[in-house]
Amino acid sequence: MPVLEVNDLSVAFAQYESGLRRKELTVISGLNVSVGSGEILAVVGSSGSGKSLLAHAILGILPGNARLAGTIRYRGETLTPARQAELRGAELALVPQAVTFLDPLMRVGRQVRLAARGSDPTAAQRAVFARYNLPPAVEKLYPFELSGGMARRVLVSTAVVSGAQVVIADEPTPGLDEAALRETLGFFREMADAGRAVMLITHDIEAALRVADRIAVFYAGTTIEVARAEDFADTGESLRHPYSQALWRALPRNGFIPLAGFQPANCNLVAGCSFQPRCPRAATECAKAEPPPRVLRGGMVRCHYAS
Amino acid sequence: MRLEACNIGYRYEQGPWVLRGVNLDLNSGEVVGLAGPSGYGKTTLGRILAGYGQPAEGGVRLDGEPLPQTGYCPVQLIFQHPESAVNPRWRMRDILREGGSPGAEVCGELGLRPEWLGRWPNELSGGELQRFCVARALTAQTRFLIADEMTTMLDAVTQAQIWQAVLKFSRRHELGILVISHDQNLLKRLCTRVVDLVELNRGSCS
Amino acid sequence: MNGSQFDMAAERPGRPLTGGICQPGFHRRHRMAGMVLLSALLLAGIVAGGILLGDSRVATHLDIRNAAPSLEYPFGTDWLGRDMLARTLKGLTLSLAIGLITATASVGIALVLGLMAATLGKTVDSCISWLIDLFLSLPHLVTIILISFSLGGGVKGVIVGVALTHWPSLARIIRAEILQLRSAEFVLTSRKLGRSRWWVATRHMLPHLVPQLYVGFVLLFPHAILHEAGVTFLGFGLSPQQPAIGIILSEAMRYLSAGIWWLAFFPGLSLLIMVRAFDVLGDNLRRLIDPHSAHE
Repeated sequence: MPVLEVNDLSVAFAQYESGLRRKELTVISGLNVSVGSGEILAVVGSSGSGKSLLAHAILGILPGNARLAGTIRYRGETLTPARQAELRGAELALVPQAVTFLDPLMRVGRQVRLAARGSDPTAAQRAVFARYNLPPAVEKLYPFELSGGMARRVLVSTAVVSGAQVVIADEPTPGLDEAALRETLGFFREMADAGRAVMLITHDIEAALRVADRIAVFYAGTTIEVARAEDFADTGESLRHPYSQALWRALPRNGFIPLAGFQPANCNLVAGCSFQPRCPRAATECAKAEPPPRVLRGGMVRCHYAS
Repeated sequence: MRLEACNIGYRYEQGPWVLRGVNLDLNSGEVVGLAGPSGYGKTTLGRILAGYGQPAEGGVRLDGEPLPQTGYCPVQLIFQHPESAVNPRWRMRDILREGGSPGAEVCGELGLRPEWLGRWPNELSGGELQRFCVARALTAQTRFLIADEMTTMLDAVTQAQIWQAVLKFSRRHELGILVISHDQNLLKRLCTRVVDLVELNRGSCS
Repeated sequence: MNGSQFDMAAERPGRPLTGGICQPGFHRRHRMAGMVLLSALLLAGIVAGGILLGDSRVATHLDIRNAAPSLEYPFGTDWLGRDMLARTLKGLTLSLAIGLITATASVGIALVLGLMAATLGKTVDSCISWLIDLFLSLPHLVTIILISFSLGGGVKGVIVGVALTHWPSLARIIRAEILQLRSAEFVLTSRKLGRSRWWVATRHMLPHLVPQLYVGFVLLFPHAILHEAGVTFLGFGLSPQQPAIGIILSEAMRYLSAGIWWLAFFPGLSLLIMVRAFDVLGDNLRRLIDPHSAHE
C-alpha cells in the first residue's frame, strides 16, 4: 500500500483580472500520484506546470486564495488541513530549494535540533551532521555563513532528523555541477533505501532518471504518465504518452528535438486533452474529450491513443 | 568579427585572484562552450566579456577595439534567472522592445505568444520569461551572445526549443555564441569546441 | 509572430471545483476600494467643514458659554461660547495643510539626500549617512522645538521644524533601494541595450521609488500632524490666535478639572480619527496600485 496517495487533486486560484472582476485559474486538475516506502518518485515537468504547488498542497501550505479539491491520503488516512498541520515537519517533510527557507537569525544547529524528535535532539543533530560530513563547527553558524554545499546538506539534515516518513524535495538540484549533483541525489537515494517515501520534484529529467524508481510526468497541471525509470531508454518507444517521448527526445544526448507550441497555464483553457494542440498524433477525438487515466504496461497514461 | 579576452585578471578589492591570465577568443558564427565546476569564475568571465564588469588586468577586444561603454552593446548576456533580468513593473511588450525590435521570425521560433505581451512578468513562467529575455537580446545589432546557464532552470523541451531558435538566428546572422554550462551533453550538442576554465585560468583558485 | 494553435482553444466547460471561488459578492478589492472611498470622504468632509463654516460660529457668544454637547452644538461650546465643532474642523484643516506641506517637504529632502548618497560616491555617502544617524538619534520633539523656537515659532517655525526632522528614515530607505536597483540585472541589461543613464533612472528606477516615496509620505503625514499638535500644545508652535488642534487641546486642559470634558475629548478624538483615516487611505491605495499584490 502506498504511504502517500493523491487522488483527483485539483487546485485553483482566485485572481483579480482588472478592476473588481475576478477569475478562477485552475493550475492542477485531476491529478493522481502515489509514493510507496523505500521508493523515489520523481515528478518531472516544466516550470509553471504546477509541480511546486503539488508539494504545497500535500503539506497544506497553499496561499489563502487557493481552493483545493480531491483527496490526499497518508497511510490510508484522508488528510484534513488540521491533520496536515500536525504531520508537517513530523511525518511529512519538505526539502526546499534554498537556504532562504531557514530562519536567518537562528544558528543552524539549533534549527536542526528543533526539527528533531526523540529524547535527545542534540545527539540526533550531531549524528546527522556527522553523517553528512558537516564539521561540528557548522552547528554554530548562521544560514548566511554556509557555503552552497553546506546549505544543501543542512536542509537535507533537517528532513532526515525529523524522522519524517515522506520527504518531498522541491527542485533540489538545479545549477549544481556534477560532483554536487551526485552527492545530493545520493542523499535522497539513501533516504529511500532507509524505508522513506521520497517525492523528488524537478524539471531536470536527467537528474531524476539517475535515482528515481518511477517517473510521473507532469503537464499542464496533471500527471499525463507514470512510468518506470527503465522506460526512458533508446528512442523512447516504451514511453506511453507523446509528451513524455518529446521530453526524452528533447534531451541534448537524444536528438535535441524541440516541440513547437507552449504549455497552457490554465488547465481549463484547452478543450479535450491539454497536450492536443502540440501533439503529433492528435485526432479529432482528442479535441473533444479529455482522456481519462488508465493503466498501461505497468504504468499510467492519459492518452486516447497510447498502446 | 572577433571577440577576444586578453590576459584577463579579476579579483574583489584586494582579495585572491578569481581569474588570472585568461585568454579566450570567439569568432562570428562560432558556438563555443565554457565548462568548469562551480566557483571557478565562469559567470565572472561571462560578465566581463559582455561588459558588465571591468577586469583588474587585461581587457576585452571586439575586432581590436574595446567594448563600447554607452549605446547598444554588440555583446549581449543572458542570465540564468530570467525573473531578475526583467523589470517586474513593466509589461512584457515594453520589456521585449527595450533594445529595439526583435524580428518577427525569431519571436515566432522562440514560441512567443501575442497574448503574453500584455502581461506582467509575475504572470509568466520561468520558461516563458526566458524566451522574452532571449528575444530581447537577439536584435540585428547583436554580434555575440554570452549564454550563462541560459536553460539550466528549464525543462528539456523548452531548452531544445530555445536553443534551436538561437542556433537558427546564429546561422542567419553570423552570431557568435559562448555557452556557459556544466551540462556536458548540452555543450557537446551545441558547440564546435569546448574550453575548460580550469585549464585557462592561472588564478589562485584551484 | 504566429497566431495559430491557440485559436482552436475554446473555454472548456468541465470540472469546476466544489463551490468555486469566484462567487459574486463582497471581495477583498471591494472592501479596499470601499475603505479608500470612505476615508477620502471623511478627510474631504473635514476640509469642507473647516473652510465652509463661517466665522460667526467661532465668534464669542457669552450667552452660551460652556454649553454641554447638544444637537445644536454637537461638540459643545467653550468658555467664550465658541462652537467647538467649528473650532475642531478649522483646527484639523490647518493641521491637514501643515501636514501636507511638511510631509511633502520631508519626502523631497529624503529623495534628494537619498539620491545623492547612492550616486555621488563614498565621501558624500558617508557624510549623508552620518547626518541621518545624527537626526535619528535626537528625539524629534526636542529638535522640532529647537528649530521652531529659533525661527520665532508660528506656522513657519512649525513647518520648517517638522519638515527638517522627518526625512532621515525615508532617506535611508531610498538610499538602500537605489543601491540595490543599481546592481539589479534588469538595470545593468538596460544600459547594455543602449539606454542612457537618464532613461534608466526615470524608466526603471523611478517606478520602484514611487511606492517607497508614497508609503513614506503616508507614514510621515500623521506623524507630522501629531508632532505639530504636540509642539503647539507645549506652547512652542502656533500662536494662540490660530485655531490649531494643539492650541485647543492645551487650552482645554485648564477646564478639565472643572468637569468641562468635551473641550478636550471631541477635538482629541477627531484628531485620532483623522490620522487613522489617512493611514487606512494610504495603505489600501498602495495595495490596490501595486502589481505584486494586485492578483491576490
